[in-house]
Amino acid sequence: MKDKLLYAACLLAAWLVLANLSVILLVLPDEAEQGAIYRIIFFHVPAAWSAFLGFLLAALASVAYLVKRNLWFDALAVSVTEVGLVFSIVNLITGMIWGRIIWGIWWTWDARLTSMLVCALLYAGYLMLRRAVEEPAQRAKFSAVFSIFAFIDVPIVWFSIQWWRTQHPQPVFRGGGSMDPAMYKMMFANWVPLLLLFAVLSAVRLRQERARSEIDALRREAHAL
Amino acid sequence: MSFFRHAFQIAAKDLRAELRTKEALNASLSFALVILLLFSFAFDPTAEQTREISGGLLWLVFAFAGALILNRSFARELTNDCLDALVASPVSGAALFTGKCLANMALLVAVELICLPVFGIFYNVRWVHRFWPLLLTLILGTWGITVVGTVFSALTVNLRLRELMLPTLVYPLLIPALMAAIQLTTGLLAGQPLAAELTNWLKLLIGFDIIFTALALGLVETVLMG
Amino acid sequence: MTAVSAAGVWKYYGDYPALKNISLTVAPGACLALLGRNGAGKTTLLRILAGLSQPSRGTVSIAGLAVRDARARRNIGILGHGIAVYEEFSAYENLRFFAGLYGLADPHRAALEWLERTGLDRVKDGLVREFSRGMRQRLAVARAFLHNPGVLLLDEPFTALDDRAIAVLQSLLAEARSQNRTVILSTHQLREALELATHVALIQRGALAYAGERTPIMLEDPGWLYRTYGEA
Repeated sequence: MKDKLLYAACLLAAWLVLANLSVILLVLPDEAEQGAIYRIIFFHVPAAWSAFLGFLLAALASVAYLVKRNLWFDALAVSVTEVGLVFSIVNLITGMIWGRIIWGIWWTWDARLTSMLVCALLYAGYLMLRRAVEEPAQRAKFSAVFSIFAFIDVPIVWFSIQWWRTQHPQPVFRGGGSMDPAMYKMMFANWVPLLLLFAVLSAVRLRQERARSEIDALRREAHAL
Repeated sequence: MSFFRHAFQIAAKDLRAELRTKEALNASLSFALVILLLFSFAFDPTAEQTREISGGLLWLVFAFAGALILNRSFARELTNDCLDALVASPVSGAALFTGKCLANMALLVAVELICLPVFGIFYNVRWVHRFWPLLLTLILGTWGITVVGTVFSALTVNLRLRELMLPTLVYPLLIPALMAAIQLTTGLLAGQPLAAELTNWLKLLIGFDIIFTALALGLVETVLMG
Repeated sequence: MTAVSAAGVWKYYGDYPALKNISLTVAPGACLALLGRNGAGKTTLLRILAGLSQPSRGTVSIAGLAVRDARARRNIGILGHGIAVYEEFSAYENLRFFAGLYGLADPHRAALEWLERTGLDRVKDGLVREFSRGMRQRLAVARAFLHNPGVLLLDEPFTALDDRAIAVLQSLLAEARSQNRTVILSTHQLREALELATHVALIQRGALAYAGERTPIMLEDPGWLYRTYGEA
């Protein structure tokens, strides 16, 4: 039953992406300054939103774990963090492609790119931390503590880097300026399939993490006999 | 209040131990001085360039040197299972943490105050006339590094690859504080008054310190208790 | 009022239970010998009783207080596998430090007193780093007893003690008993432990296989308990 739901969600996501792509590529006009490549924004921005959703859910799951000490919350935290990290990497790569085409450079210390890179580093650190702890309850506890620190740091990072960039202006891909309402709508419209994908990937990872936990326990029990 | 008494007892113990062996202090100070000298040698910056990079260079040096001190902080309790004796004692996790922060802060600020004149000499930077605002920046910035570094020193103390995990986890978290400290230092050394733009960075640094001190105090007991 | 009580304590490592539903009460003045094979869960249980580790389920109280309460911790003395004293400090400095942590009225005098009681007064200014094994163990014992705790939790205290240290520990334990203080010690040294014990508990793969008074047959035949209640 659960599997069917996941497959159905995948198909729905795929269908929505195709539907959106047809609109993005065929219907929406080119943007005034940026030409054709600006269309990458419809994946670039929702990917960032998905990444932050992941980090928020991870922080909430972490608090829930520390309060309830139920390892299910830990499994949820690592699942959404991993998926969130993937989306942040998608955001970075699409950003880099965009920059390469618009400005001819692969990287620039643009405020948004830089902040997202720092967030990616933070959550990559989270995953590294998990690898360094053997015992499941301790691993869950430590990762939960770090996840909370990381999430509280995220807005401070964004604000400080934004402030830093206003002092030393660098090339910026897209200004904060207003956007055609049709484009704005499309960003949200394209977020839906990405969210579906987010949910599916997290569910699969969550299931895998729970299975691993069970195998771990069985293995310990077998060794004790 | 026993909280402060315990914190001071722990801080005094750590400082006495460190001053006796001087392991972390020597490692930290030599590392910092070597980097400062190597950098001057390798890049031979002009006066203009130096003015632009002064904050960044100093704070990167302080952050790296700080990791050596912070690593030792809880690691020194591992020999003979001393950490168990501390956790089982009436000292609260928050008091233990605060005591270690105070000790680490003292050590790191000492290293920084030695680096500052060395920097001044080898890079031809005048800093004495801005000493008091610089000291304020040093203290606020170092407190940020210390608070985050000490709580993660507690967290990573029993992990494999502790020396790798601590910087990996702590540096990204510290980016806002380091950035603020860097901007303040560069600005102050370039002669800017502590007003307007610089005060915004100062506020950011103070805000960071308050938020993360509160967070660390709240979570450290959880980290220390098995 | 019970001195130490564990109620429904479970400890999980992941999904694997290292301690299963341990419920135990120890009256003041009792001396409980905690027996069991290696890996049975004795150290895990002792660490939970000492407040060093949190149980996954269940509660622990010391003289009616939760174990993480500072007042409870002031009343507990622990002796674990490590000696828990600082190498870079002298014997006196170590005891002075811990006496201060426990809020003793005159830490200086307490440190000197306990150095004398454990036969370390002549080396009081020597660094622990330079001590022999036996001297270190005696210092560890001094640290555990320093603040006159009402409850003593000792994990395999007789292991690796030289005869002088054993004598010191035995006399201190006897004194503790006469002062109605509570002792829980885990051990492999059946004979020494059973001589001191008033009560015995056997832990088998995380569960309590037996808990009750120490009977004469246990003293005559130390292996009896394992054979009767232990696994085949």
